[in-house]
Amino acid sequence: MRYMMFVVADPAAAAEAEPSDNDLTIDEWLAEVEGKRITGDALSPVDDATTVRVSKGEVLVTDGPFTESKEWIAGFDILECEDLDEAIAIASRHPQAKGGKLELRPFWTPDE
Amino acid sequence: MTGDDASTAETIPSVVAAERATLVATLIRLTGDWDLAEDCVQDSVEKALARWPHDGVPRAPGAWLTTVARRRALDLLRRRQTERAKVQEVAIMEAPVQEAPDPMSDDLLRLIFTCCHPALALENRVALTLKTVAGLSTTEIARAFLVSEATLSQRLLRTKRKIAHAGIPYRVPPDHLLAERTSGVLGVLYLIFNEGYGRAEEHLSAEALRLTQLLVDLMPYDDEARGLLALVLLQEARRSTRFDTAGDLVPMEDQDRSRWDAAMIEQGCLHLRRAGVSRRSPGAYRLQAEIAECHATAPDAESTPWGKIVGLFDDLLLARPSPVIALNRAIAVGFRDSYDAGLRELAALDGLDGYPLLPAARGDFLRRLGRRHEARRAYGEALGLTPEGTPERRLLERRLVEVGG
Repeated sequence: MRYMMFVVADPAAAAEAEPSDNDLTIDEWLAEVEGKRITGDALSPVDDATTVRVSKGEVLVTDGPFTESKEWIAGFDILECEDLDEAIAIASRHPQAKGGKLELRPFWTPDE
Repeated sequence: MTGDDASTAETIPSVVAAERATLVATLIRLTGDWDLAEDCVQDSVEKALARWPHDGVPRAPGAWLTTVARRRALDLLRRRQTERAKVQEVAIMEAPVQEAPDPMSDDLLRLIFTCCHPALALENRVALTLKTVAGLSTTEIARAFLVSEATLSQRLLRTKRKIAHAGIPYRVPPDHLLAERTSGVLGVLYLIFNEGYGRAEEHLSAEALRLTQLLVDLMPYDDEARGLLALVLLQEARRSTRFDTAGDLVPMEDQDRSRWDAAMIEQGCLHLRRAGVSRRSPGAYRLQAEIAECHATAPDAESTPWGKIVGLFDDLLLARPSPVIALNRAIAVGFRDSYDAGLRELAALDGLDGYPLLPAARGDFLRRLGRRHEARRAYGEALGLTPEGTPERRLLERRLVEVGG
């Protein structure tokens, strides 16, 4: 199963996060998920986002992200896992699992 | 086919019910197709219910049902003519009809754990468990949860789709996940029980009891599963006295204890002792069962061991901190020490804004102390938070009259 893992920054959760000795750095996490992580990267903040859509033949460009939310997507990883439980285990070890959150989305599969 | 003592017409539905869930579970494992599995098993169950009353119950009812269900599955798959259907067909044909007992019960556990996976919304876990494991019809579940049948069917459809699309594994969780996931399953079963207990939907409570018994049979060494079974039995034993003939709530101290189901209480206590054999410190269900045992075994309301109950609530608060448990502890302190002490405990509680049982408990202590004016105010506050037309509301209205409101 292939999953897109969105790394979500959440200022409210970040304020409440309690660090512990078991927390991984991003480098430690990357070393741990080798072989499971196909690719991934961090993204520029939403201030740098541009939203594009086409209406009545006209390209409409606006400054900023398409949603008004305090949470924003700070990065992504594409994972190849046995099943959702494995993806959950990987996500729960990510440094952003505390103080942020991870969203796991399976790649689209057509129904028969 | 022979008709022996156990094969009278009355026992047929229960024989079928016992085999049904395992059969669904096995077919899901073989085909990965939940709808196909349920359709085929439904078909074989209907055939059994039509034929067995005349032909007698077969010697191996499970094998009979399996054969019929598989034949139906093969028919349907052959008609589909897709690559996936061919693979599923082979899986069915190659699997033995009567497997060793272990893989079959493993299938049932797989099914239960998958229905209760934490990536599914709680209400969907409940609905899918009732549909697939308990074998309730969509109509029955929709009625029990006061939603339309169309809504419930949609919900079940989306849930099964998510299991397939999101890659939720069909398996008993590995050791490092087992405790956490088992507690998730127990949560679903207890929720089903409480839905039935709170609204006098006997059918749901009976299903919850049956499913919990099943889980304990499958996981005999899980002390929390057995703790939940004890808890459910000890509460279910009091069912017939909880409401009067008019459908109004009877508080425990006023219930006719001679009508409590003594056999069920004994069974509950027995399971609680067996759960204790694990020597693990008791988890939330065992502790709640011990509290239920204190009530169920007290000969009358006056001899309720409130001191012991307060201690159990203290342990429960450590195992599972919750404002509602803190409220129940405060009430127990009031009965152990004095109503004034209870009021002080209630006043110190946090996190219960808008929860009607807090002012109701305050009203009760004030009423017992004869502080009628304050009691009226507390009951009035509780009434403002309690929905119209519920037994809880009628009890509060009765109390309000008692204190002259």
